[in-house]
Amino acid sequence: MKRYELLYFALRNRKLQIGLAIIGLFLALAAVGPLMATNDPFAYINPLGPQAPSEKFWFGTTFFGQDVFAQFVRGLRATFLVGLLGGGLGTLIGLLVGFTAGYRGGVVDELLNMLTNIVLVIPTLAVLLIIAAYLQVRSVFTECLFIGLTAWPWVARAVRAQTFSLRTREFVDLARLTGMRPAKIIFTEIAPNMLSYLLLVFILQFGGAILIAATLDFIGLGPTNAVSLGLMMQYAVLWGALQFGMWWWFVPPGLAITAIVGALYSMNVGLDEVFNPKLREM
Amino acid sequence: MRRYFGRKLIIYSLTFFLAVTIDWMIPRFMPGDPVANLLARTSVSADATAVAEMYAYYERVFGLDVPVWQQYLTFWGALLRGDLGISAYLFPTPVADVLMRAVPYDLFLLVPSILLSWYAGNWFGAFAARSKRLDNTISPLAYILTATPYMWLGILLAWFLGIVLDVFPIAGAYSFEMRPHWSLAFVGTVIHHWFLPFASLFLVGFGGWAIGMRNMIIYELEADYSHYLEALGAPRSLIRRYAFRNGLLPQITGLALQLGVMVAGALVTEVVFSYPGIGYLLLAAIQNQDYFLIQGCFLFIIIGVLLANFTIDIVYLLVDPRTRRGMVGESA
Repeated sequence: MKRYELLYFALRNRKLQIGLAIIGLFLALAAVGPLMATNDPFAYINPLGPQAPSEKFWFGTTFFGQDVFAQFVRGLRATFLVGLLGGGLGTLIGLLVGFTAGYRGGVVDELLNMLTNIVLVIPTLAVLLIIAAYLQVRSVFTECLFIGLTAWPWVARAVRAQTFSLRTREFVDLARLTGMRPAKIIFTEIAPNMLSYLLLVFILQFGGAILIAATLDFIGLGPTNAVSLGLMMQYAVLWGALQFGMWWWFVPPGLAITAIVGALYSMNVGLDEVFNPKLREM
Repeated sequence: MRRYFGRKLIIYSLTFFLAVTIDWMIPRFMPGDPVANLLARTSVSADATAVAEMYAYYERVFGLDVPVWQQYLTFWGALLRGDLGISAYLFPTPVADVLMRAVPYDLFLLVPSILLSWYAGNWFGAFAARSKRLDNTISPLAYILTATPYMWLGILLAWFLGIVLDVFPIAGAYSFEMRPHWSLAFVGTVIHHWFLPFASLFLVGFGGWAIGMRNMIIYELEADYSHYLEALGAPRSLIRRYAFRNGLLPQITGLALQLGVMVAGALVTEVVFSYPGIGYLLLAAIQNQDYFLIQGCFLFIIIGVLLANFTIDIVYLLVDPRTRRGMVGESA
């Protein structure tokens, strides 16, 4: 009954509907697009150089005559990959640290809390810059790894606070009395109680990872062997798309990132209302 | 209060120590040899003994000719004297001088955009909460703004206001025809060039703060004390004022936590507008493999972020009496 009720509210929620529709649209484009745009994203296929969108080139061509649409759909794939893996890794590390710190308490908590605070205070982009400059060849996966390893403190803090309040509940005490192992208590007694919260956290990490990746790509520290939306913007700015008014080169990638991240935030608010009856009917 | 500060001081010193150590490792463990790079660029004669001599000379200048542990200690010593080494890309200008030229622009751009977006965002967010019409216009706009990548908003503003309408310049911090000096005309061109980077940083930040404040107010209005005040018949404006004050505390903490993200945003914005701050310098340093300059920029960012965090801690102490009594030592 409970599950159907949630589903009922989920399907009726406008913010969730809008968010899901936008994400669905871009996911479909990322899945099908590369099959439609068979041009090599890097090949100089248009001898005329930069051209506005036309029937032949849906999103126009770059300064060098590369097909913008072909780059765009492949960039979308990279964006979703970074969100999923980078955001996923960040959530996972945050969960582990947060659960351990919150459940164990004491010295372990103090140490992990200190580590979290340190990683929070260090401007991670500066560290990412240095690591990225160190690796001459970078793939989308290395980028996911960087992002995951630096984005976790937010999750760790939130999860720790939640675990802290759940730890002293009676059902947890009861589980402890039966001699259950701590890891099992965390995953079968504590985690299910904050599942909805964890979903929201993951969505936020997903969006955050996409934005960080765009920043890294834009300053030329993104993947060296793939296309991405951030890289497209970097090339557009470097090769004077602004000065020559080649708006079709830099508008689509930024618009896609804004739409995807915005849709994720909208989904987040919508889900929040679904899970938390107090916020409904606003 | 002492406990609160003690904790903070430990975190800050550990962070500083760690960051400086990472910073020290940059030129030593990076691929490529900065000295060889410098020699290649100055293109000394092909004479092998001359090259070897030059190499030894530069190693001595950069302090790379002693054992690693000694380099580490020397680095700390030099750092405490304010000596950050010599830039390889702008040889022989000391890194500290290069940085000092960039810092005023950074402060001029970052401080107003961060503080004003925080202030305006909180204000609008508080108004949007629980007022249907405002909420329906401000909130979606705020979500879109905060989802926008910094550089894309910068690119759009530069393209639309700079190229299409041609009302603002899109590169540099002042007109290329002028040299920095104190005059009304120069101040005018500086403000003219400052506006677009400022606007793009302000807008993205504004969205995030407005959303945060709106959610906090809704949360606070649901709290027991609000319901109690309502039951007592207190005017709505009074309840909202209490809610605003309580909602402000997490926003102050949020400001401290967001600083790193804002620095990153400022970095790409400076790149878009070729604004000569630390971010722009850092990119030039990376592209030219000038490790000493990278080191200096990173150190500056670290110190800036730590100082800002410390200031926010003190502000927090002033606005939240519970911190002073040591009741919530670790919430900030």
